[in-house]
Amino acid sequence: MARAATTADAFNAVAEPRRRQILDALAGGERPVNDIVELLGLAQPQVSKHLRVLREVGAVEVRGDGRRRLYRLNGDALKPIHDWVKGYERLWSERFDELDVVLEELKTKEASDGSSE
Amino acid sequence: MAAVSSGTAQVTLPTDEQILITREFDAPRHLVYEAFTKPELVRRWWHSNRGEMTVCEIDLRVGGVWRYVMVAEGFGEVGFHGEYREIVPNERIVSTEAYEGIPDADEHAAVNVLTLTDLGNDRTLLSILVEHPTKEGRDAHINSGMEEGMQDALDLLEKVAVSLR
Repeated sequence: MARAATTADAFNAVAEPRRRQILDALAGGERPVNDIVELLGLAQPQVSKHLRVLREVGAVEVRGDGRRRLYRLNGDALKPIHDWVKGYERLWSERFDELDVVLEELKTKEASDGSSE
Repeated sequence: MAAVSSGTAQVTLPTDEQILITREFDAPRHLVYEAFTKPELVRRWWHSNRGEMTVCEIDLRVGGVWRYVMVAEGFGEVGFHGEYREIVPNERIVSTEAYEGIPDADEHAAVNVLTLTDLGNDRTLLSILVEHPTKEGRDAHINSGMEEGMQDALDLLEKVAVSLR
């Protein structure tokens, strides 16, 4: 079976604050949709819309339990974007560590230029 | 003595098209600006220890162009270029950024907004907001590969990571 989830899809899923809230809520475990509605303080149709996007990218999965619909997180679908963000953060952190060294030199130079006047 | 560590860069995704990078520096704003705008200084940090910067051109005026090329170990040549759109010395630079690894790079160029905020006590908050006009451009940025294999550290989506255990 082809894997539908791509990095871009996961990016869409997590780049919306409400959807991040839903993912956070589900990180604690499976929840019925009413719980999520209550937690977010949004109208049910809006919550359903966000849940649909999350389902489309595979970030959440749903199952029926009697009359309830239970949602749970599928971390595998989010791993590509999580990895990308971490890698990107690492890239910039390493750049900035080098930049710290340059800045220390500039500060020292400026201090000695100033005191020699 | 080494500088007091200012911490790691924070990366967040404010919207579908945006990437926001922030970091505090233990240096006054005009020096951070200098380190971002003088080629001989940019050459010393932009490589992020992933290779050697072979081109670093900065024509710092509105309408002027910039171009950075790095030969990354195990990845080959990676080039970026763009144009300056707005310059407020020591405070703000708006520029475009095209990744040369994709066709029609300029059509998919991102707009970067560099903002330096004076925090007092000679400390500076830096933020870079990267905004992609197209999904293709954003995906190309994500897939430009320079961060490949660098997948540890934690916190932004830590809860998600925990759920993967």
